[in-house]
Amino acid sequence: MKNKIAALFVGLLFSLGLGISGMTQPEKVFGFLDIFGNWNASLIFVMIGAIAIHLVTYRIILKRKLPVFSNQWHLPTKRKVTVPLVIGSFIFGVGWALSGYCPGPALTSLASLNGRPVLFFASMIVGMIGFKMVDRKFNFTR
Amino acid sequence: MTEYIMPLLGGALIGLAASLMLFLNGRVTGISGIIYGATIAPEKGEISWRWCFISGMLLGGFILKVISPQAFAGILPTANWTLVVAGILVGFGTVLGSGCTSGHGVCGISRLSPRSLVATLTFMAAGIFAVVLFRNLNIYQ
Repeated sequence: MKNKIAALFVGLLFSLGLGISGMTQPEKVFGFLDIFGNWNASLIFVMIGAIAIHLVTYRIILKRKLPVFSNQWHLPTKRKVTVPLVIGSFIFGVGWALSGYCPGPALTSLASLNGRPVLFFASMIVGMIGFKMVDRKFNFTR
Repeated sequence: MTEYIMPLLGGALIGLAASLMLFLNGRVTGISGIIYGATIAPEKGEISWRWCFISGMLLGGFILKVISPQAFAGILPTANWTLVVAGILVGFGTVLGSGCTSGHGVCGISRLSPRSLVATLTFMAAGIFAVVLFRNLNIYQ
Protein backbone atom coordinates (compact mmCIF):
# COMPACT_ATOMS: atom_id res chain seq x y z
CA MET A 1 0.00 0.00 0.00
CA LYS A 2 2.77 2.42 0.96
CA ASN A 3 4.54 1.85 -2.34
CA LYS A 4 1.33 2.79 -4.15
CA ILE A 5 0.94 6.05 -2.24
CA ALA A 6 4.62 6.71 -3.00
CA ALA A 7 4.02 6.10 -6.72
CA LEU A 8 1.06 8.47 -6.69
CA PHE A 9 3.10 11.16 -4.95
CA VAL A 10 6.03 10.70 -7.35
CA GLY A 11 3.66 10.96 -10.32
CA LEU A 12 2.24 14.18 -8.89
CA LEU A 13 5.68 15.73 -8.37
CA PHE A 14 6.87 14.57 -11.77
CA SER A 15 3.94 16.10 -13.65
CA LEU A 16 4.24 19.38 -11.74
CA GLY A 17 7.92 19.41 -12.72
CA LEU A 18 7.00 18.84 -16.36
CA GLY A 19 4.44 21.65 -16.26
CA ILE A 20 6.73 24.14 -14.50
CA SER A 21 9.62 23.36 -16.82
CA GLY A 22 7.72 23.97 -20.08
CA MET A 23 7.84 20.36 -21.29
CA THR A 24 4.03 20.33 -21.63
CA GLN A 25 4.18 23.09 -24.27
CA PRO A 26 4.74 21.46 -27.67
CA GLU A 27 5.96 24.72 -29.19
CA LYS A 28 8.85 24.83 -26.71
CA VAL A 29 9.78 21.24 -27.48
CA PHE A 30 9.70 22.07 -31.16
CA GLY A 31 11.90 25.14 -30.55
CA PHE A 32 14.33 22.99 -28.59
CA LEU A 33 14.72 20.54 -31.47
CA ASP A 34 14.86 23.31 -34.07
CA ILE A 35 18.60 23.95 -33.75
CA PHE A 36 18.99 24.68 -37.47
CA GLY A 37 16.13 27.21 -37.36
CA ASN A 38 14.99 29.39 -34.50
CA TRP A 39 16.59 27.46 -31.63
CA ASN A 40 15.10 27.83 -28.15
CA ALA A 41 17.63 26.24 -25.82
CA SER A 42 15.58 26.68 -22.64
CA LEU A 43 14.53 23.03 -22.32
CA ILE A 44 18.13 21.84 -22.10
CA PHE A 45 17.97 23.24 -18.56
CA VAL A 46 15.24 20.74 -17.71
CA MET A 47 17.64 17.87 -18.36
CA ILE A 48 20.48 19.69 -16.63
CA GLY A 49 18.33 20.31 -13.54
CA ALA A 50 16.97 16.76 -13.41
CA ILE A 51 20.27 15.00 -14.08
CA ALA A 52 22.26 17.24 -11.69
CA ILE A 53 19.97 16.11 -8.86
CA HIS A 54 19.54 12.47 -9.80
CA LEU A 55 23.19 11.85 -10.69
CA VAL A 56 24.04 12.60 -7.06
CA THR A 57 21.01 11.06 -5.31
CA TYR A 58 21.28 7.83 -7.34
CA ARG A 59 24.69 7.11 -5.87
CA ILE A 60 23.64 7.95 -2.34
CA ILE A 61 20.41 5.93 -2.52
CA LEU A 62 22.10 2.82 -3.91
CA LYS A 63 24.33 2.66 -0.84
CA ARG A 64 21.25 1.40 1.00
CA LYS A 65 20.68 -2.33 1.22
CA LEU A 66 17.09 -1.97 0.04
CA PRO A 67 14.54 0.65 -0.97
CA VAL A 68 12.16 1.78 1.78
CA PHE A 69 8.95 0.12 0.53
CA SER A 70 10.28 -2.88 -1.41
CA ASN A 71 12.31 -5.97 -0.60
CA GLN A 72 14.34 -5.69 -3.79
CA TRP A 73 15.71 -3.19 -6.30
CA HIS A 74 13.95 -3.18 -9.67
CA LEU A 75 16.65 -1.71 -11.88
CA PRO A 76 17.18 -2.37 -15.61
CA THR A 77 19.60 -5.21 -16.16
CA LYS A 78 20.25 -5.01 -19.92
CA ARG A 79 23.71 -3.73 -20.71
CA LYS A 80 24.17 -4.09 -24.47
CA VAL A 81 23.41 -1.39 -26.99
CA THR A 82 21.14 -3.20 -29.46
CA VAL A 83 19.56 -2.54 -32.83
CA PRO A 84 16.00 -2.37 -31.39
CA LEU A 85 17.20 0.21 -28.85
CA VAL A 86 18.57 2.47 -31.56
CA ILE A 87 15.75 2.00 -34.08
CA GLY A 88 13.08 2.40 -31.41
CA SER A 89 14.70 5.57 -30.10
CA PHE A 90 14.95 6.93 -33.63
CA ILE A 91 11.26 6.26 -34.31
CA PHE A 92 10.36 7.88 -30.99
CA GLY A 93 12.44 10.98 -31.84
CA VAL A 94 10.60 11.45 -35.14
CA GLY A 95 7.20 11.25 -33.40
CA TRP A 96 8.40 13.58 -30.67
CA ALA A 97 9.38 16.21 -33.25
CA LEU A 98 6.16 15.79 -35.19
CA SER A 99 3.91 16.40 -32.18
CA GLY A 100 6.04 18.05 -29.51
CA TYR A 101 4.84 15.38 -27.06
CA CYS A 102 6.72 12.62 -25.32
CA PRO A 103 4.84 10.19 -23.04
CA GLY A 104 5.07 12.07 -19.71
CA PRO A 105 3.97 15.49 -20.94
CA ALA A 106 1.24 13.86 -23.05
CA LEU A 107 -0.12 12.06 -19.97
CA THR A 108 0.02 15.27 -17.91
CA SER A 109 -1.67 17.22 -20.71
CA LEU A 110 -4.66 14.85 -20.74
CA ALA A 111 -5.79 16.83 -17.69
CA SER A 112 -6.00 19.99 -19.81
CA LEU A 113 -8.99 18.30 -21.55
CA ASN A 114 -7.67 19.64 -24.85
CA GLY A 115 -8.48 17.33 -27.77
CA ARG A 116 -4.95 17.32 -29.21
CA PRO A 117 -3.11 15.58 -26.36
CA VAL A 118 -6.04 13.19 -26.05
CA LEU A 119 -5.72 12.27 -29.73
CA PHE A 120 -1.94 11.91 -29.36
CA PHE A 121 -2.24 9.76 -26.24
CA ALA A 122 -4.85 7.45 -27.74
CA SER A 123 -2.66 7.02 -30.83
CA MET A 124 0.32 6.29 -28.58
CA ILE A 125 -1.62 3.44 -26.99
CA VAL A 126 -2.42 2.16 -30.49
CA GLY A 127 1.32 2.28 -31.27
CA MET A 128 2.03 0.25 -28.14
CA ILE A 129 -0.60 -2.33 -29.12
CA GLY A 130 1.02 -2.42 -32.56
CA PHE A 131 4.39 -3.06 -30.96
CA LYS A 132 3.02 -5.93 -28.91
CA MET A 133 1.53 -7.54 -32.01
CA VAL A 134 4.74 -7.18 -34.03
CA ASP A 135 6.87 -8.28 -31.08
CA ARG A 136 4.91 -11.51 -30.78
CA LYS A 137 6.25 -12.42 -34.20
CA PHE A 138 9.79 -11.08 -34.02
CA ASN A 139 10.56 -11.10 -30.31
CA PHE A 140 12.59 -7.87 -30.27
CA THR A 141 12.66 -7.76 -26.52
CA ARG A 142 14.53 -11.03 -26.10
CA MET B 1 16.23 34.97 -16.99
CA THR B 2 12.96 33.26 -15.97
CA GLU B 3 13.21 31.62 -19.36
CA TYR B 4 15.95 29.45 -17.87
CA ILE B 5 15.03 29.46 -14.18
CA MET B 6 11.66 27.74 -14.65
CA PRO B 7 13.08 24.90 -16.78
CA LEU B 8 15.85 24.46 -14.22
CA LEU B 9 13.38 24.42 -11.30
CA GLY B 10 10.99 22.09 -13.11
CA GLY B 11 13.91 19.85 -14.03
CA ALA B 12 15.07 19.76 -10.41
CA LEU B 13 11.55 18.71 -9.36
CA ILE B 14 11.66 15.92 -11.96
CA GLY B 15 15.06 14.83 -10.60
CA LEU B 16 13.64 14.87 -7.09
CA ALA B 17 10.62 12.80 -8.17
CA ALA B 18 12.87 10.22 -9.86
CA SER B 19 15.04 10.11 -6.72
CA LEU B 20 12.02 9.46 -4.51
CA MET B 21 10.85 6.66 -6.80
CA LEU B 22 14.24 5.00 -6.44
CA PHE B 23 14.56 5.63 -2.71
CA LEU B 24 11.05 4.51 -1.78
CA ASN B 25 10.15 1.88 -4.40
CA GLY B 26 13.55 0.96 -5.83
CA ARG B 27 12.42 1.74 -9.36
CA VAL B 28 13.42 3.77 -12.37
CA THR B 29 10.80 6.36 -13.39
CA GLY B 30 10.27 5.42 -17.03
CA ILE B 31 6.91 6.79 -18.08
CA SER B 32 6.50 4.95 -21.40
CA GLY B 33 7.23 1.68 -19.57
CA ILE B 34 4.82 2.54 -16.78
CA ILE B 35 2.03 3.26 -19.30
CA TYR B 36 2.81 0.11 -21.32
CA GLY B 37 2.87 -2.05 -18.20
CA ALA B 38 -0.38 -0.55 -16.90
CA THR B 39 -2.35 -1.01 -20.10
CA ILE B 40 -0.96 -3.21 -22.87
CA ALA B 41 1.44 -5.59 -21.15
CA PRO B 42 0.22 -6.04 -17.57
CA GLU B 43 2.15 -8.38 -15.29
CA LYS B 44 0.81 -9.76 -12.04
CA GLY B 45 1.57 -7.51 -9.07
CA GLU B 46 2.96 -4.80 -11.34
CA ILE B 47 -0.24 -3.08 -12.35
CA SER B 48 -1.70 -1.12 -9.45
CA TRP B 49 1.40 0.92 -8.53
CA ARG B 50 1.60 1.94 -12.17
CA TRP B 51 -2.01 3.16 -12.12
CA CYS B 52 -1.25 5.05 -8.91
CA PHE B 53 1.65 6.77 -10.65
CA ILE B 54 -0.55 7.59 -13.66
CA SER B 55 -3.26 8.96 -11.33
CA GLY B 56 -0.66 11.12 -9.61
CA MET B 57 0.44 12.53 -12.95
CA LEU B 58 -3.15 13.30 -13.93
CA LEU B 59 -3.73 14.92 -10.54
CA GLY B 60 -0.67 17.09 -11.16
CA GLY B 61 -2.07 17.95 -14.58
CA PHE B 62 -5.38 19.08 -13.04
CA ILE B 63 -3.54 21.20 -10.47
CA LEU B 64 -1.57 22.83 -13.29
CA LYS B 65 -4.75 23.44 -15.24
CA VAL B 66 -6.27 25.26 -12.26
CA ILE B 67 -3.32 27.30 -11.01
CA SER B 68 -1.29 27.74 -14.19
CA PRO B 69 -3.26 26.96 -17.37
CA GLN B 70 -0.52 28.50 -19.53
CA ALA B 71 1.42 25.30 -18.78
CA PHE B 72 -0.64 23.80 -21.61
CA ALA B 73 -0.25 26.68 -24.04
CA GLY B 74 1.99 26.59 -27.09
CA ILE B 75 0.03 24.19 -29.28
CA LEU B 76 1.83 23.45 -32.55
CA PRO B 77 0.11 24.63 -35.76
CA THR B 78 -0.20 21.14 -37.25
CA ALA B 79 -3.12 19.15 -38.62
CA ASN B 80 -4.79 16.60 -36.32
CA TRP B 81 -3.68 13.64 -38.43
CA THR B 82 -0.06 14.44 -37.56
CA LEU B 83 -0.89 13.75 -33.90
CA VAL B 84 -2.18 10.31 -34.84
CA VAL B 85 0.99 9.48 -36.79
CA ALA B 86 3.20 10.96 -34.06
CA GLY B 87 1.36 9.08 -31.31
CA ILE B 88 1.76 5.76 -33.11
CA LEU B 89 5.47 6.43 -33.68
CA VAL B 90 6.04 7.43 -30.06
CA GLY B 91 4.09 4.44 -28.69
CA PHE B 92 5.83 1.93 -30.95
CA GLY B 93 9.27 3.55 -30.72
CA THR B 94 9.43 3.97 -26.95
CA VAL B 95 8.53 0.35 -26.28
CA LEU B 96 10.90 -0.97 -28.96
CA GLY B 97 13.62 1.34 -27.64
CA SER B 98 12.89 0.43 -23.98
CA GLY B 99 12.24 3.99 -22.86
CA CYS B 100 11.62 7.64 -23.46
CA THR B 101 12.79 11.02 -22.20
CA SER B 102 12.21 10.11 -18.54
CA GLY B 103 13.55 6.56 -18.37
CA HIS B 104 16.53 7.04 -20.69
CA GLY B 105 17.02 10.82 -20.72
CA VAL B 106 16.78 11.49 -16.98
CA CYS B 107 17.11 8.22 -15.05
CA GLY B 108 19.37 6.32 -17.45
CA ILE B 109 21.82 9.14 -17.97
CA SER B 110 21.96 9.71 -14.21
CA ARG B 111 22.82 6.02 -13.85
CA LEU B 112 25.51 6.48 -16.54
CA SER B 113 23.92 3.68 -18.54
CA PRO B 114 25.53 3.35 -21.99
CA ARG B 115 22.20 2.13 -23.43
CA SER B 116 20.38 5.22 -22.19
CA LEU B 117 23.10 7.54 -23.41
CA VAL B 118 22.89 6.04 -26.90
CA ALA B 119 19.07 6.10 -26.81
CA THR B 120 18.97 9.75 -25.71
CA LEU B 121 21.47 10.90 -28.34
CA THR B 122 19.51 8.91 -30.93
CA PHE B 123 16.06 10.34 -30.17
CA MET B 124 17.45 13.86 -29.90
CA ALA B 125 19.30 13.55 -33.21
CA ALA B 126 16.21 11.99 -34.82
CA GLY B 127 14.07 14.84 -33.48
CA ILE B 128 16.44 17.51 -34.80
CA PHE B 129 16.59 15.78 -38.19
CA ALA B 130 12.80 15.31 -38.27
CA VAL B 131 12.10 18.99 -37.57
CA VAL B 132 14.16 19.93 -40.64
CA LEU B 133 12.41 17.27 -42.72
CA PHE B 134 8.88 18.15 -41.60
CA ARG B 135 9.48 21.85 -42.10
CA ASN B 136 10.49 21.20 -45.69
CA LEU B 137 7.34 19.11 -46.10
CA ASN B 138 5.30 22.08 -44.75
CA ILE B 139 3.90 20.03 -41.88
CA TYR B 140 4.16 23.03 -39.55
CA GLN B 141 1.83 25.32 -41.53
